[in-house]
Amino acid sequence: MELGPYIILGLLEGLVTAAVLSLMAVGLSLVFGVMRVVNVAHGEFFMVGAVLAWWIAGSIEGNPALGFVAAMLLAPPLTAGLAVIADQLILKRIGYDPERTIVATIGLLYVIQQLTLMTFGPDARPVEAPFNNRLSIPLLEWTNDGLALYWPWGLGTTSYKIAVILAALTLLVAIWLLMTRTRYGLIMRATQLDRETALAFAIPVNRVYASVFGLGAGLAALGGVLIVPIQQAHYLMGHDPLLLSFIVVIIGGLGSLPGTIVAALLIGLSDGIISIFFSPTLAKIIATLAVAFFLVFRPQGFFGKRAL
Amino acid sequence: MRKPTNNVSIKRNHQVDMGQVQNMTKQSSRRKAIKTLAATTALVATASSLPLFGRYSQAEASEPIKIGFQVHRTGIGAAYGRWYDRATKAAVKKINDEGGINGRKVEIIAEDDGTDPKRGAEVVEKMATQHGCDIAFGTLFSHVVIGSAPRAGELKIPYFVVSEGHHVASGMLNRYTLQPGITDVKSQVQAMAPFVSSSLGKKVTMIYPDFAFGHDHRDYFSAAIEAQGGQVVAKIAIPPTESSFTKYFPKIPRNTDVIYHVMVGPAVLTFVKEMGEFFGNSRPEIFGFIDSLEAVDLASPGLEFLEGTYFWEGNPRYAQANQSVYDKDYRTAVGVDANGASLSDSKDVSTYAHMFGCWETLHIVKAGMEASGYSGPKDRAKLIEAVEAMTLMPHSHAHPQGAKEFNGRTHQVFGHQYITKVTNSKLVLAHTTSISDTYYPDEVDYTKQPF
Repeated sequence: MELGPYIILGLLEGLVTAAVLSLMAVGLSLVFGVMRVVNVAHGEFFMVGAVLAWWIAGSIEGNPALGFVAAMLLAPPLTAGLAVIADQLILKRIGYDPERTIVATIGLLYVIQQLTLMTFGPDARPVEAPFNNRLSIPLLEWTNDGLALYWPWGLGTTSYKIAVILAALTLLVAIWLLMTRTRYGLIMRATQLDRETALAFAIPVNRVYASVFGLGAGLAALGGVLIVPIQQAHYLMGHDPLLLSFIVVIIGGLGSLPGTIVAALLIGLSDGIISIFFSPTLAKIIATLAVAFFLVFRPQGFFGKRAL
Repeated sequence: MRKPTNNVSIKRNHQVDMGQVQNMTKQSSRRKAIKTLAATTALVATASSLPLFGRYSQAEASEPIKIGFQVHRTGIGAAYGRWYDRATKAAVKKINDEGGINGRKVEIIAEDDGTDPKRGAEVVEKMATQHGCDIAFGTLFSHVVIGSAPRAGELKIPYFVVSEGHHVASGMLNRYTLQPGITDVKSQVQAMAPFVSSSLGKKVTMIYPDFAFGHDHRDYFSAAIEAQGGQVVAKIAIPPTESSFTKYFPKIPRNTDVIYHVMVGPAVLTFVKEMGEFFGNSRPEIFGFIDSLEAVDLASPGLEFLEGTYFWEGNPRYAQANQSVYDKDYRTAVGVDANGASLSDSKDVSTYAHMFGCWETLHIVKAGMEASGYSGPKDRAKLIEAVEAMTLMPHSHAHPQGAKEFNGRTHQVFGHQYITKVTNSKLVLAHTTSISDTYYPDEVDYTKQPF
């Protein structure tokens, strides 16, 4: 394969990774920003979203698109509900203490993972994409007759992958609007800025916390639903995205939404291109190395503010 | 100054202990003698009134033969584990219905190893020391076998693997590890190379999982295709836990005639689907090991591009036109329909190309135990010698996959291989190799190792 098609394929694969990653990392970043909770169980909400998508899509007969749309609509709220219950039962009881929440969410990770193993089983299960046509990508080249189109071997993507990128983009815009243009967003930002003052202004901080934890989990679940027609639902699928989300959130700056999205793009695209030119393992090594450098030289990330 | 004092006190204690022990032995042996006397009297009294009792008393009174089954219930081998379990249960039911082994029932003690080598060694240890198993059996994934076999050797428990890995015959393991129920990768790929080079093409790109099993494919197929005048133009290793694959495919050189793929792990369907999406309608010839689609429905959306491609199968998943009565009965016993799926759920596709190994291995264990007059763990060495003495195994109910030939020196079996072609989303038999196609020179003589 020549260089040009190589890069385009790498970018496309990278964009799909970045799309799903940004949804997940935004969820993680929101939860940390507002609640100061490092949610180690975040990857499991991603997995629960995918598993629920398999279950919902499988229980609806007829056109696979119908089942998938139902999964898109139902799986994230269900996962969010699960997260709200976890928040009320566990995180609230330990007073959102930073150290104890880390241990508690590690516990939650294993509880969710093992419950999925016990019910859903150890197999990977596919969900059919609502549409999935291969799109060959033509490139331009100079021939004796001037510019001409040609279709390089192996260069292509699928309509579904393009749709995933567009869907993630739409959702991110929606989140941004929610945060900046709505009353709910205002309350969230107020809680994030100063919990005590927000309480003094009669903001129901506990309810805000529960809803933010649910929202974060719902975003991870959406990522899971979007990815499941490309990959498959599996009880261990939450591990790698969790690691990458942490990388993204650290590089982007904990609690900073624009930083998170920029970092997701950076990590996703570099993963795509490095994987294709060198090896996927090297891409992971470089991403982890980048985190180490950020932690040493710019611990607040791209756009994060240095803690006082 | 201190040392001698200590020694003295130890000795004194020791003497006291010995005295107690002797007393206890005396007591217990006296009690035992009285008990035995009473029991014998009772037995003689009953036996005289029930003439048939004596014939079965040995079997009734005996403990069952315990077979420790190391099963991949979770982890990357879970789909195989589920079906290895079903094939094993079916074989044990058949053996028990036919009277067990040496008149004793067979009991399976299954334990999950998580498809993890470290856990595998612990499971083997648990079977030998805690459960008191007669043998350990059933491991598939090569890294788990390699991790567990040394422990089996140390504990001197016969370890019957169903793994395909070449590590048994390579001499890497020990006298306690045997693979009599399934051929190894070296045999398989060597038998495939002539077909690939003569029917599909000479320039091959290999895609394989990045662990022992995949490395066996890489090394032995490269050598075998070169012997046929072919050439491996690229070797693409993929970690078995990978979940997205498109990024690996641009490494396939443009001049590839044939893609040779073998993949394992939970994401195999994604792997094959993304390969199809990469090639579009300009694919090269494709030859795969069915491992890439074990437990996956061939009619899954996205697999249409496989039409007309070829697969190696250890045992044909779809009932073929020339199906033997042995395959038919075996299929029914395990609960598999003519399409290779579960009788109770047509979406639950079996690992048909591999799981026969469990069935056949258990029949070999039975034959070995009966030939050696196996009565308990003290006869473990005799059992291994009896299996080492085996040679030809005819196509039969005990060997439904086909006839085999066992090599006692290398602890490895040799047998027929099947090449099937995807035709209307089913696998139709295109070629069956002979047993001799799988032969290679011995690399070890385990019979020379002491027990």
